[in-house]
Amino acid sequence: MSTAAATHYVSSDAIQRYTFHERVMHWLNALAYTYCLATGLAFYTPHLFWLAVMLGGAPTSRFWHPILGIGFFIAMIWMHVVWRSDMEITETDKRFLSNVEDYATNRDDRVPPQEKYNGGQKLYYWLMYYGTFLLLFSGLFLWFPEYISFSLAWVRHLMIVLHEVAALITIGGFIVHVYMSVFLVPGSTDAMIHGSVSRAWARTHHRLWYIRVTGGDPVGKE
Amino acid sequence: MSNGTLEIKAISGHAGPVAGRDTSRDYDVCKLIDVTTCIGCKACEVACLEWNGYPFRETVFDNTYQTMPDLAWNYYNLIRFNEHVAEDGTFSWLMRKDGCMHCADPGCLLACPADGAIVQYANGIVDFNQDNCIGCQYCVTGCPFNIPKFNHETKKVHKCTLCSDRVGAGLEPACIKACPTGCLHFGSKDDMKDLADKRVKQLHEHTSHKSAGVYDPPGVGGTHVIYVLHDIDHPQYYGGLPKDPRVPLLVRIWKGPLKWLGNFAIAAGVIAAATHFVRYGPKKVEEPKKEEVV
Ligand code: SF4
Ligand code: SF4
Repeated sequence: MSTAAATHYVSSDAIQRYTFHERVMHWLNALAYTYCLATGLAFYTPHLFWLAVMLGGAPTSRFWHPILGIGFFIAMIWMHVVWRSDMEITETDKRFLSNVEDYATNRDDRVPPQEKYNGGQKLYYWLMYYGTFLLLFSGLFLWFPEYISFSLAWVRHLMIVLHEVAALITIGGFIVHVYMSVFLVPGSTDAMIHGSVSRAWARTHHRLWYIRVTGGDPVGKE
Repeated sequence: MSNGTLEIKAISGHAGPVAGRDTSRDYDVCKLIDVTTCIGCKACEVACLEWNGYPFRETVFDNTYQTMPDLAWNYYNLIRFNEHVAEDGTFSWLMRKDGCMHCADPGCLLACPADGAIVQYANGIVDFNQDNCIGCQYCVTGCPFNIPKFNHETKKVHKCTLCSDRVGAGLEPACIKACPTGCLHFGSKDDMKDLADKRVKQLHEHTSHKSAGVYDPPGVGGTHVIYVLHDIDHPQYYGGLPKDPRVPLLVRIWKGPLKWLGNFAIAAGVIAAATHFVRYGPKKVEEPKKEEVV
């Protein structure tokens, strides 16, 4: 239960950050993306071809890559339905993003208070959201190249480049996402697994959300 | 069958150097197709099926002399047919034996991500090895001649092998053997170029085909299958033979600069994250004083 997660913190009274539904959704999304990433990297460079071999052989990887890609797309749409309203970029986020240097150098006391998701998280969300469309759209051309007439071969050439560029952009976001949630902000991964964070965590990283869900800022009051 | 004489000089999707890189045998092989003497008998189509052990396919009649609309995974060799009316109103039937050109600079091999699915031998033959093929069809996208064809059942791609199995054993390709008119020739590239030039000269001197010429497109580094055409200025009349085929620029960018840029960006991203962690460490949770907790 969530108490296991909360034992890391002084305050044992946990706040729920992600519902069970959100967590399942996130991890299905993550699984599909990671599979496509690993197999995609194998097709991307001969130096990583062993990834496909490890995942059951390259023909198998090639067979499942587009299918899991569709799965990723569906999971992303699901996520969009659930999270879209949380992810709208607001004035608060713009203020966060203009002070992002302070956040990046851990001078957190100078960072303006944030909602449930900060501006950076929201940017990552939109990057993945639009990236998914680009990947699916270009990927369909890679999946069924024979149905593009040879006189339109330039479309295939363009799509193969687009697919790779879109993948690289999402990989950039993914590296930052994994780094931040696993290493930079302790408690994030626990939250996505068990669903809850400590009050102190919520107050530190997402104070506006903390105030909203606790009905005030009891800790902050003098 | 012996592939002993077929030293490999280029391998698709291969990390690291290839033993036979930049080598060339004393004689690069070449097939010469003189379309001016092709009568469209399709003996070569039959010989190809027989040698490769494929069953005969149903033909598709579309009011032309062509066996079917396009090459297929088990049909490497197709006589393309075109009823051509020239500007002066003269009428001709153009026949061209279509199939893999065995490019010196093969776009299929460049595009292929699977180690060893496509190899280029030192004698110039470009060969697909279905055991290593992963069925991604990147080769279809990389080929400027629209040659490789996908087998949906086995998820492997096939194309003309230039009878590498026969050539490796010192024989000529099956289609050459079957051709009754002497339209097909096989030998070293130099010899075939000579022969082609002689034939073109003959056409210039003794026929009305004043724009006859040899098709050996430099955009793909030359090919190991070359044509003599009556009209070298309009190869597209011959069932869509491209005028200036090249490995697509975007495919080159994709396999060249974009790859290096991407590799660099991914590596830089991971190193930057690790460096950031070492420099700034994890974010700390600001612990409220005990008595403040409500
Ligand atoms: S014609 Fe196409 S399949 Fe044949 S070697 Fe050239 S690029 Fe490859
Ligand atoms: S489909 Fe073509 S590009 Fe893909 S692995 Fe097979 S031979 Fe290589």
